[in-house]
Amino acid sequence: MKHHAEYRDPEAAKRVLKRIHQSVDPSREYRFMEFCGGHTHAISRFGLHGLLPSNVRLIHGPGCPVCVLPIGRLDMAIALAMKPGVILCCYGDTLRVPGSEGNSLQKARAYGADVRMVYSASEVLTIAEQSPSADVVFFAIGFETTTPPTAHLLLETQRRGLNQVSVLCNHVLTPAAIRAILEDSEQGPRLDGLVGPAHVSVVIGSSPYTPLASDFQMPIVIAGFEPLDILQAILMLIHQVNEDRHAVENEYTRAVVPEGNQRALMAMREVFETRESFEWRGLGSIADSGLRIRSSFASWDAESRYDLAYQAVADHKACECAAILRGQKEPLDCKVFGTACTPETPLGACMVSSEGACAAHFTYGRNLRNFR
Amino acid sequence: MCLAVPCKVTELLPDQRARVELDGLKKDISLAFVGPVDVGSYVILHVGYAIGVLDPEEAEKTLALFEELDAQPPP
Amino acid sequence: MRRPIAGAITLAHGAGGRASHQLIQEIFLFHLGNPFLQQGDDGAVLDPLEPGSQGGRWVTATDAHVVTPLEFPGGDIGRLAVNGTINDLAMMGASPRYLTAAFILEEGLSLALLDRVVASMAAAAKAAGVPVVAGDTKVVERGKGDGIFITTSGFGLLPPGIQCGGCRAKPGDAVLVSGTLGDHAMALMAERNGLIFDPPLLSDTAALHGLVADILTPRPAAVHVLRDPTRGGVATVLNEIAQQSKVAIEIDESCLPMRPEVTAAAELLGLDPLYLANEGKVIVICEATDADSILLRMREHPLGQQSSRIGEVLATSRPYVEMKTRWGGRRLVDWLMGELLPRIC
Repeated sequence: MKHHAEYRDPEAAKRVLKRIHQSVDPSREYRFMEFCGGHTHAISRFGLHGLLPSNVRLIHGPGCPVCVLPIGRLDMAIALAMKPGVILCCYGDTLRVPGSEGNSLQKARAYGADVRMVYSASEVLTIAEQSPSADVVFFAIGFETTTPPTAHLLLETQRRGLNQVSVLCNHVLTPAAIRAILEDSEQGPRLDGLVGPAHVSVVIGSSPYTPLASDFQMPIVIAGFEPLDILQAILMLIHQVNEDRHAVENEYTRAVVPEGNQRALMAMREVFETRESFEWRGLGSIADSGLRIRSSFASWDAESRYDLAYQAVADHKACECAAILRGQKEPLDCKVFGTACTPETPLGACMVSSEGACAAHFTYGRNLRNFR
Repeated sequence: MCLAVPCKVTELLPDQRARVELDGLKKDISLAFVGPVDVGSYVILHVGYAIGVLDPEEAEKTLALFEELDAQPPP
Repeated sequence: MRRPIAGAITLAHGAGGRASHQLIQEIFLFHLGNPFLQQGDDGAVLDPLEPGSQGGRWVTATDAHVVTPLEFPGGDIGRLAVNGTINDLAMMGASPRYLTAAFILEEGLSLALLDRVVASMAAAAKAAGVPVVAGDTKVVERGKGDGIFITTSGFGLLPPGIQCGGCRAKPGDAVLVSGTLGDHAMALMAERNGLIFDPPLLSDTAALHGLVADILTPRPAAVHVLRDPTRGGVATVLNEIAQQSKVAIEIDESCLPMRPEVTAAAELLGLDPLYLANEGKVIVICEATDADSILLRMREHPLGQQSSRIGEVLATSRPYVEMKTRWGGRRLVDWLMGELLPRIC
């Protein structure tokens, strides 16, 4: 696969790993957080943990939009799905996530709700055209990578006058979340660097990270999605730490430019505005971290159209996700990890999707001694 | 988050869409966020949309970096 | 001259009267007809065991099939049903001899579609040399079925000296697979997810008893486990065997045979190929010393041309399945959690 296989070359990986092993200062620890759930998944799937020096710790961040979706917001989607005449469209990732009382979109479907999994937001338009009398609701989740498709859906819906379509918007913003994590990390244990998300950065560019690097004296390296990209980014972070630098560096130059994707950003600005605050499961409320649909698109905003009250739902008492998402604790530190809380029966955010720190550890590494 | 894959544009389609190809697999996607692209260029595909265009020169530079590691002396 | 097949299944077809009789004559007996079925009795009297099968034992297996869509690139529910049960018998090391088939048909099902499915079953049964000797049909009201449900049962003859089973894997054994993974699952997912395979990707549905016979001769004792990685994929089958045999199984990612376009499709949808269903592949666990010769024989068979040695069995106190990634990293290969769903994240 072009632009794919080359970034998985085992020989090149050996070289980067050798350089990583040569570059680390044996007298100290390096704690790097990879923000993006996709990176967490790639690291686990490719077994990168066991290959790094033992003093390089990878901390899994909260960049998994399914994991951080508050239970209360999922409950709203389930309630909508159960309304007669509604077709609820969602991405596959959200189908099995448990809401309150063990409900889920999949269970709603078993009870007769019309829940349809879509691969792309654009399929919502096709479904609406095929079922003109139904109320078609799109359960939108995701970071800035997934937001432009929802913006496009709303713009097209407006253009075609498809009044039966609406969107329940749960899009969240990466820089605000990173800021919240870095603020927490000042209380310790301290992070030494951040591996920045690949595809969020394709959309927002590398420039939004600059104030974060300087405000928190934090090295940030934006990494591509492939294992070699991740290893190279770790090497670049190690160099920054060794040289006491705190810059934003871009390893994913083939896809990320400082100004990002202007077309995507414009479409997003046209359709969405920033919420003053938005709740993140495990992290609590974060300022300026979520998007809501602008009043000019209110006709297609499921939150305006339907009488939906948001009710916060607390996580299980024993759940340590709040600390794990901030990198302060590890999955094995949680009393319910692997017992009451498993990917089949998730109690908290980190277990809910295959990219969450706990799910990744459980699925890929729970029997490996070096797995972190 | 954000499972996205680089794919080659093999055909431009009406309504800002294109057919892309990935190792023999083809898919029709939206180019709404990348504007006009050339057939043969690579785009980053996420949930049915191209969210960015791959810069082949930068790609070469990145790959060259991995090669160089052998040549460079360790720090 | 056969009457043109048109119209749809009605509740009358399930009532047992004239319409039922006509349906059986015109579609089922037309395609599947053989001396056993032609008797028209409630059961089939099977041929006596052949001379020389002393010590041989009957093996039986049953399978229910509920696939959607009913027709897909490379096959249909009928073909899947026949091959599926033949394969269940083959995985025991038995030579498949007879099949039975029971159909639950939904009111409104197109008769032309039913005709195609039954014709396809007949062709699959004929190609495999395994007749359908008894059958049944029922009709349910519209909305109470998914078009067609098929349950097939099979009878096979297990020659003496063959003992394959999930509990027989031993530390030191080699793990082989007969060909490319994930083809069936992706062929079914293609249309639903807007994936275009050109040339079209076909399901790998196939009757494996011929390949299995080649694997077992000349030294059946060397073959410890045979299993086809259907629903849940290779990962599920290996976990089952590891648990049954109380062993560890380690596989090597770079040895897994896969079509590049299937790998690409799995990447695109965020699916792990280890969990994708196959309908025409077999996992073989055998003594390491015999692995090379078995592989050679497999590769000579049309259904095993891309056979590959993918791993080994190890001793352990707690059964697990692990995979060595392309650069020596290691990851657990766990049981499938829930169902396999495409991801965006």
